[in-house]
Amino acid sequence: MGEKFDNTQPIYLQILQRLCQQLVRGEIKAGQKLPSIRDMALHMGVNPNTIQRVYNELEQLEIAETRRGLGSYVTENEEQLSRLREDLKRKQIGRFVKDMRESGFSPGEIIEGVDNELKIQESKDAEGV
Amino acid sequence: MSEHIVTFSNVSKKYLNQYALNDISFELASGKITALVGPNGSGKSTILKLTAGLIRPSSGSVTVNGRTACRLIAAEVAFLSEKDVLYPFFTVDETIKFNAGLFVDFDLQKAGEILHFMGLEKNKKVRHLSKGNLGRLKITLALSRRAPLILMDEPLAGLDPLARDAIIKSMISHIDLGQQTVLLSTHEVSEVEPVLDMVISLHNGSIKGIEEVEKIRENYGLSLLDWMKKTIVN
Repeated sequence: MGEKFDNTQPIYLQILQRLCQQLVRGEIKAGQKLPSIRDMALHMGVNPNTIQRVYNELEQLEIAETRRGLGSYVTENEEQLSRLREDLKRKQIGRFVKDMRESGFSPGEIIEGVDNELKIQESKDAEGV
Repeated sequence: MSEHIVTFSNVSKKYLNQYALNDISFELASGKITALVGPNGSGKSTILKLTAGLIRPSSGSVTVNGRTACRLIAAEVAFLSEKDVLYPFFTVDETIKFNAGLFVDFDLQKAGEILHFMGLEKNKKVRHLSKGNLGRLKITLALSRRAPLILMDEPLAGLDPLARDAIIKSMISHIDLGQQTVLLSTHEVSEVEPVLDMVISLHNGSIKGIEEVEKIRENYGLSLLDWMKKTIVN
C-alpha cells in the first residue's frame, strides 16, 4: 500500500524530497493548496505525524505556508521555488561528483560519462521506452 | 492530556515461578503510535494486558493517564484483543450497537464510516464472517471509540494481505493523534513500519531497545526488522 520507501533514510525526508521534485518538475504549482495531512498520510501510507513533520519542514524552507484553518499552501514566491530547483540540482550533482571522484574517476571521464548517459537516455525517451 | 499517557515503573510479572516481564520501565508519549515487537513469549501481550488493567503487576506500577491501571480504566482504553471476543450469534450491526451500549465514547457515526470503508455487510452474522472480515470488524470496534488510549494485540495476525492493508489504512484515516495514543503488538513489522512513531523491542521479558522509527533509519540505516534482530542478538 501507499508509496515505497527505502530503509536508509527517514521517511519524512524521502517524502520531502519527492514533494520538492514534484515542485521542481512543475507538477505542484506556486500557490497550490497541498492535500490535508490525513489525505497525504493515506496517499503515502504513513503516519500523519510524519506528514505533519514534512509540512513543518516545507514551512521552514519557506516553500509552503500554513494558513490557519485552511491548510498548507505552496508559496506564491517564484524566486523561492527557483532557488529550490537550483538547490536540488546542486545537491544531487554534488553527491554524484563526490562519489565518482572517490571511485577514482577523472573530471574528463565524469563529464564524458554524463554526456554519453544523457545521449542514451534521450534516445530512449525519443523511442518512447 | 498529560505528556505521558502510559508509565511503567520497574514492572515485573510472574506466572508461578516464571517471569513474563522482568523489571521493565518505559513511558509512552501522547499522540504517538508505538509498536511492541519481539518473538513469541517475549512479553508483548503481557504489557498490553497490564496497560489495559486486565492483570496486575507482581511488582512495580503501571499508570495510565495518571491513574493506576485497573479494571476501571476500561472506559479510557480501547482494547483490541487477539482472542475472539465477539458473540457469534450477533450480526455486524448488532455487534456495533452492543459496543455502543458498553462504552460512552463509542461514536456510531464513525463506526458507520469505517464499516463502509471496510465493506462489511451489516446484516451478516459474526459466525459467518471470514477471518479477514472478523479482523476488519474488531478494528472497527476499536477505532470507533474516542478513547485516549487504543491498545491492539496483533491486529494483523493471520489476516490476508487485503485485510491487513485495509486495517493499516483505517488506522491512518480514523485515529486522531491529536487526542489518541496507540500501543500495538505485531509480528508484521515491515508492514506497520511506515505508520509507527516509536518501537519497543522485547526479548524474554526485558526491553532490548526503545527508539523512534525515523531515528533507526537515520542513525543506523536499518529497517525496523533488522534493528529488531540486532537488538535481540546483542
